[in-house]
Amino acid sequence: MERFERQIILPELGREGQQKLKMAKVLVAGAGGLGCPAILYLAAAGVGTIGIADGDQVEASNLNRQVLFGFNNIGSSKAAAAAKFISERYPDTQVNVYDRFLTVENIPKILPFYDIVIDGTDSFATRYMLNDASVLFGKPLVYGAIYRYEGQIALFNTGKGSANYRDLFPKIPDSGEIANCSEAGVLGVLPGIFGTLQATEAIKWITGIGELLINKVLFCNLKNHSFYEIDLVPSNEAQKNRPATLEVFLKTDYSVNCQTVSDIGWNEALESSNPKSSVFIDIREPDEIPRWSNSQCLEIPYGELEEKAELFSEETSIFLFCQHGIRSRPAAVELRKTLKRNNIYSVTGGVEHPDSPVKQLI
Amino acid sequence: MFGIVAEKTGTGNLTIPFVDDTDKLYLLLLEKHPQLDGIKFAIAVNRQIVHQNTSLAQNDEIALLPPFSGG
Repeated sequence: MERFERQIILPELGREGQQKLKMAKVLVAGAGGLGCPAILYLAAAGVGTIGIADGDQVEASNLNRQVLFGFNNIGSSKAAAAAKFISERYPDTQVNVYDRFLTVENIPKILPFYDIVIDGTDSFATRYMLNDASVLFGKPLVYGAIYRYEGQIALFNTGKGSANYRDLFPKIPDSGEIANCSEAGVLGVLPGIFGTLQATEAIKWITGIGELLINKVLFCNLKNHSFYEIDLVPSNEAQKNRPATLEVFLKTDYSVNCQTVSDIGWNEALESSNPKSSVFIDIREPDEIPRWSNSQCLEIPYGELEEKAELFSEETSIFLFCQHGIRSRPAAVELRKTLKRNNIYSVTGGVEHPDSPVKQLI
Repeated sequence: MFGIVAEKTGTGNLTIPFVDDTDKLYLLLLEKHPQLDGIKFAIAVNRQIVHQNTSLAQNDEIALLPPFSGG
């Protein structure tokens, strides 16, 4: 019995398909909820080379869905831990570790080596950057993204006439508008299903089996088992939002595009604060600790913010903070709209941020 | 409706009075569900993504598709 017997006997796959998998080089961007199952099934299927790019470390809160990691991996590099898991079980797969976040500078050095990319990233900034790079380098991109109980998957950029992410969502949304997993919550099996679907599309593309999700996007809601497939047409207009050349790409600042202008770091907020013209507002509930005893800081829970914030004059800069900077960001976006002014900020990372003066007191 | 759009409107499906085109549809949605203000989503008419204002016919199926960032 050989390792790949059960898939080699598939008439569409055969020894030829297995050889194609062995020769294939797949880059998995993000070893998170989507990346973990994708990596696992690609390696199990006999993909010869897998690149794993992730600059993050494993946290306990990852373990409900990032199935390549266990308690013993907490604090270690995700890319390295995932590579170790795979290498121990499938020594016939070559694993390349990139234990750093993808950037406009490093993508052009990594991407050209691979045949196809799997998008398992968790921010709009990286998703748009990866999409634009895959177009510039002519690499197919297996897109997948999740939200709570729902997911989206597509195969972008497989050649001439093939749509990409910009044809679906032409421009980067403000990061405050849509929550990511850590803010919105996610059922652990959801990325398991979508990451596995992404691996399926990659394997189908490599081996030439079946119909691919080209110029289509599949939306799925696990709560009511609904699958909804829509057609996508490449649009010249939408593509104008994308850097047209590598030179422009290298100068594109995706992080700034994605950040809402309302974000501010503790150091900058503290430096620019002034008792007469600015105020810090702790929007946490009264029982959240540690508290900040500072004459410049008021305590107004999120729910009461809107009515009380009108008390401040238009000239007063408002710095909102919470425990992790998660609630304060939408709060700042909302308050800017309500008060129709822009000198309202969300302090990045909140009380738990290393630069936070609140944390340093305990 | 999907994702945050379904959450904000509290439903996955809506039947609405006939409007001529997708721009008018958007305004009607915003009027009925002001909480959608500022939420970005793509629109599909009869399962086809549209980026420009598109005329609608009776019984067209419209999908409101917000982007997801989670991975």
